[in-house]
Amino acid sequence: MTDLTLHAAPERPATGEAGLGDYWQLLKPRLMSLSVFTALVGLLVAPGGVHPFIGATSILWIALGAGASGALNMWFDADIDRVMKRTRNRPIPSGRVAPSDALAMGLFLAVVSVTMLGLTANWVAAGWLGFTIFFYAVIYSMWLKRTTSWNTVIGGLAGAFPPMIGWAAVTGGTPVEAWLMVALIFMWTPPHFWALALFVKLDYHAARIPMLTVTHGRPETRRQAFLWSLGLAAVSLATALSSIGGPLTLAVAVVLNGLFLKGAWDMWRRTDRDSEADGHAAEKGLFKWSLVYLFAHFAVFVAEAALGGHGGW
Amino acid sequence: MHRDHELHTRRRGRNMGLLAVLLGFIVLMFGLTIVKIQTAGFSQAFDHVARPEITPVDPAVPAPALPPPAVPEAGE
Repeated sequence: MTDLTLHAAPERPATGEAGLGDYWQLLKPRLMSLSVFTALVGLLVAPGGVHPFIGATSILWIALGAGASGALNMWFDADIDRVMKRTRNRPIPSGRVAPSDALAMGLFLAVVSVTMLGLTANWVAAGWLGFTIFFYAVIYSMWLKRTTSWNTVIGGLAGAFPPMIGWAAVTGGTPVEAWLMVALIFMWTPPHFWALALFVKLDYHAARIPMLTVTHGRPETRRQAFLWSLGLAAVSLATALSSIGGPLTLAVAVVLNGLFLKGAWDMWRRTDRDSEADGHAAEKGLFKWSLVYLFAHFAVFVAEAALGGHGGW
Repeated sequence: MHRDHELHTRRRGRNMGLLAVLLGFIVLMFGLTIVKIQTAGFSQAFDHVARPEITPVDPAVPAPALPPPAVPEAGE
């Protein structure tokens, strides 16, 4: 298009033009903030330490990688995002950003983030970041999310990798402690999302996403959430007994898991009628507590490292 | 007097944002270059995983003897 045709083009209304905020929304900033936080914890608790500038920029590339996953996810999920009330105002379904722009942005950021993390820290961390983006965009978004009720369980692995990437950025390795942090988020994800699915059921029904609530029913979802909470507690105690844990972590883990299990138990032992009657109080309560749980659990790893060096025991 | 085209006005925020991102990237590259020169090499540290390149060397333990060089046989 020449300048002449550009100027001759009819005036378009200002609305519908993508602004910076729309591109920012494509990166799923909430998801990105969780990745940044857990990756930062992985980086801080890893032995050896790293130059602060290298550490900060590594976190930036991990955040950018998470953003790339988000953009690719939004590009692929635009059709179901249009159906759900919660997502229909996202940049693509609302028409503010073209799907091809979102795809280009996601691919570009994926390449940049992986390459830059490799050059900044090391290629072990970069390799895991690349795998994480692939896992979230392809394995989860394109395959699992629409085909199986295991979507939340296996797909949650993508969100679990950032602390290990942060750790690998420092040491160049992925030992058992890094995998324990992955396992902690992996076990945390199902009860977290199932609690959410129990009070936003209409959206998932409308979009035909095979959430456990849709495929196996709500009572089974409640039961599964409790069973996964038991697994979460076991992994949590294992992290407390590992070299990234210590007495403080163990004490905090006991409290956090006790309250989490109590919430999951309460959610399991009630019916949908109870839930409707009090506005899904138990489900919303467990969902909110799960957010506190993850933040507090990872924060205590940092506190333990700060108090006792590597290995609080 | 020159007046910006509507398109330029409409996209000003986006263009300024892109400018800020590009300038930020330049600053990051400059900082990384300086730090990489000072620290040299990729980040790695001992975390229980056996990696020979960062295994501490004990001066009390003698280095393993190298195999003797191959001597060409007569007539070769």
